[in-house]
Amino acid sequence: MLSKHFSEHNFVSGHTACSGCGQSLAARLVVDAAGKNTIATSATGCLEVFSTKAPQSSWNIPWIHSLFENSAAIASGIESALRYLGKIDNIRVISQGGDGGTADIGLQALSGMLERGHDVLYVCYDNEAYMNTGIQRSGLTPLQANTTTSPPGKVSFGNPKLKKPMVEICAAHHIPYSASASVGYPQDLQKKVKKALSIRGPKYLQIHCPCPLGWRYDPSLTLEIARLAVQSGLYPLVEYEYGKLSKVFKVPKPKPVEEYLKLQGRFRHILNKKEELAKIQQVADKNIEYYQLK
Amino acid sequence: MREFLEGSQAIAKAVKLAKPGVISAYPITPQTHIVEGLAQFVADGELNSEFVNVESEHSAASVVLGAEACGVRSFTATSSQGLILMSEVLFNIAGMRLPVMLVCANRALSAPINIWNDHQDSIALRDSGWIQFYAENHQEAVDFILQGYKIGENPKIMLPVMVCIDGYILTHGMEVVDIPSPELVDKFLPPYKPPYKLDVEEPLSFGLLGDPTVYMETRYAIQETLKDVLKMIPEISVEFEKIFGRRSLRLVEDYKTEDAEIILVAMGSVCGTIKDVIDEERDKGRRVGLLKIITYRPFPKEEILDILKKARFVGVIEKAVSLGSDGPLYTEISALFGASKDLPQISGFVAGLGGRDITKDAIKEVIELTLKERKSCIFMDLNKELLWEDFRVI
Amino acid sequence: MFSILVAKAGSSKDNKTGSWRSVKRPKFLQKDCIGCGLCKLICPEACVEGEKKNTYAPDYDYCKGCGLCAYICPKKDIEMISEE
Repeated sequence: MLSKHFSEHNFVSGHTACSGCGQSLAARLVVDAAGKNTIATSATGCLEVFSTKAPQSSWNIPWIHSLFENSAAIASGIESALRYLGKIDNIRVISQGGDGGTADIGLQALSGMLERGHDVLYVCYDNEAYMNTGIQRSGLTPLQANTTTSPPGKVSFGNPKLKKPMVEICAAHHIPYSASASVGYPQDLQKKVKKALSIRGPKYLQIHCPCPLGWRYDPSLTLEIARLAVQSGLYPLVEYEYGKLSKVFKVPKPKPVEEYLKLQGRFRHILNKKEELAKIQQVADKNIEYYQLK
Repeated sequence: MREFLEGSQAIAKAVKLAKPGVISAYPITPQTHIVEGLAQFVADGELNSEFVNVESEHSAASVVLGAEACGVRSFTATSSQGLILMSEVLFNIAGMRLPVMLVCANRALSAPINIWNDHQDSIALRDSGWIQFYAENHQEAVDFILQGYKIGENPKIMLPVMVCIDGYILTHGMEVVDIPSPELVDKFLPPYKPPYKLDVEEPLSFGLLGDPTVYMETRYAIQETLKDVLKMIPEISVEFEKIFGRRSLRLVEDYKTEDAEIILVAMGSVCGTIKDVIDEERDKGRRVGLLKIITYRPFPKEEILDILKKARFVGVIEKAVSLGSDGPLYTEISALFGASKDLPQISGFVAGLGGRDITKDAIKEVIELTLKERKSCIFMDLNKELLWEDFRVI
Repeated sequence: MFSILVAKAGSSKDNKTGSWRSVKRPKFLQKDCIGCGLCKLICPEACVEGEKKNTYAPDYDYCKGCGLCAYICPKKDIEMISEE
């Protein structure tokens, strides 16, 4: 007899994500919050690979994966078809991609979709590197993170760049809603999904998803690490509406970034380097000031 | 109704008759008039379609992929760089068995950048699993679109169709063409009813990970389906004739080949010029003929063999070359004869690249060269002054 | 002719990922549970079922033993025990 959880959820058991995978949790929280009248797309990446190895699928809603950079364009086509069929008011369209498939190779299609005003919620699962291909650096890899293409070495401290400000880039398209969330705060995440889907027009939601394999930590720490990222100010949870910052998740007593970094193997190389640590603390401090998180 | 139309307008009207629900395209010369014509129909309320102005060809192909996956008939058009940019998506569409319709206004590939006609763009996609038709004139363009939708959307086929038309020659040239009435088109082309689609009532997952244990069969299935397309084309053609009163889509068209000693092979609008030359040569007593290939993919091997084996000399003229080897059409035709003893002598000619005019004189020269020793790849009408041993700046 | 093209919704149920567990498994004590449902909310495998207080339990056919349920339980009513 089939367990109840197979009919209750829109993303079900049996997928081959790593134990403790933040993205698999985020994906389920998103499509569960969206409900059964939802069509979803995915870019190439961990999520589609571990959820749809032929002939199986973990998706309990209609779902399509095409290529790496076109999730938003496929979603635009689905939305246009639903509009033509007169079904766009009853069916939600969610376009999904990882940080690479969104901020790098998928940026063009995403920007086009936002500009054209399609009624689609775009969700970026931000695990801060190209995880599916083996932990390579992406446009959303944070400062000093160790990835295979931004490794620390004799003349390097890891990734030398800051995260591309995707929430602001999307907000600059003057879309009704652009926000960030974290698997560490699952209820806030689902609230934001429901809020976004209640709005007609293009929406963007970026979700911080810790990755046990890529960030090098024990799977049981996924939620704690996600919370520390928010509590340190390194991953601010914000909401923009029509281009203006409207709400932030307050962090009245921000934790020092070291508490977040020391749990992850990808930052191990800078824990004993005060100058490099200070650079990361500066990023957090700037966020706290800019978004008035305190 | 017979109208004197620019090719692009005729094509736009044909697409309008097919009633796609989603149209998406990105502008590129010389396809622009086609999508501009469609945009005007939509703007005037004459065509109920979602017209999606995308930010690149890659997205245009992706939008129509998404729309077809939802069970909505769609349309896109492009040329040259656009076709190559969206090539990743085109392979994806064929693999996903979605009957997208694409009109390719054939144009040369960069570099150097060149906006004039040759076949290199669509020929480069011959491995993709797309059905490909090459139109000689405006009427064929119109008719191939209508028949292409019907073939592609057949539930046993479910493959995308590319109707190739020579850029500028067919897109911007003007001809008298019959635009069928909506009533007749509706009789011939029923609404699209896919055997699978994205549907909240019956959720399915598309675009799976296919590992080595399953991938090969998916390609074999397309290969076998394309063989079914070869059989289906003549049947659709008969059905079309019953309703519209003319035969147009065929696998090949043979022009004065029954007793021909020399047969030329070509695709597209150049066939019109070749037919004129053949008439002139026949008047002089020469037994020349033309084998016009209309359906390039699937490649109608039997039909081509049946006609060419009668000749003693064959000259393949094509507007493409597989650099480092020979013209692709020449290569595929030579392969048909294998180790046959009675094969005609086949020579290959590359002409008209980057829009260089293929003149009647050039075709006559091809006939003469075909009679001489066999050569696999002769470039016609080269300007020797533009060829230098070493790099120089002029 | 066709081959594998689509997958049925939820067909991954045939893949019993519970076999992945080798070190730890969660033990739901069902003692101090307040029925908050957080364990069910955050399971990446979607394999925790339950509706009311002290009714929550994992489906060991799919549980990978990640331990997120034990971490999130506000009453510490879930323990990670050895898989043996």
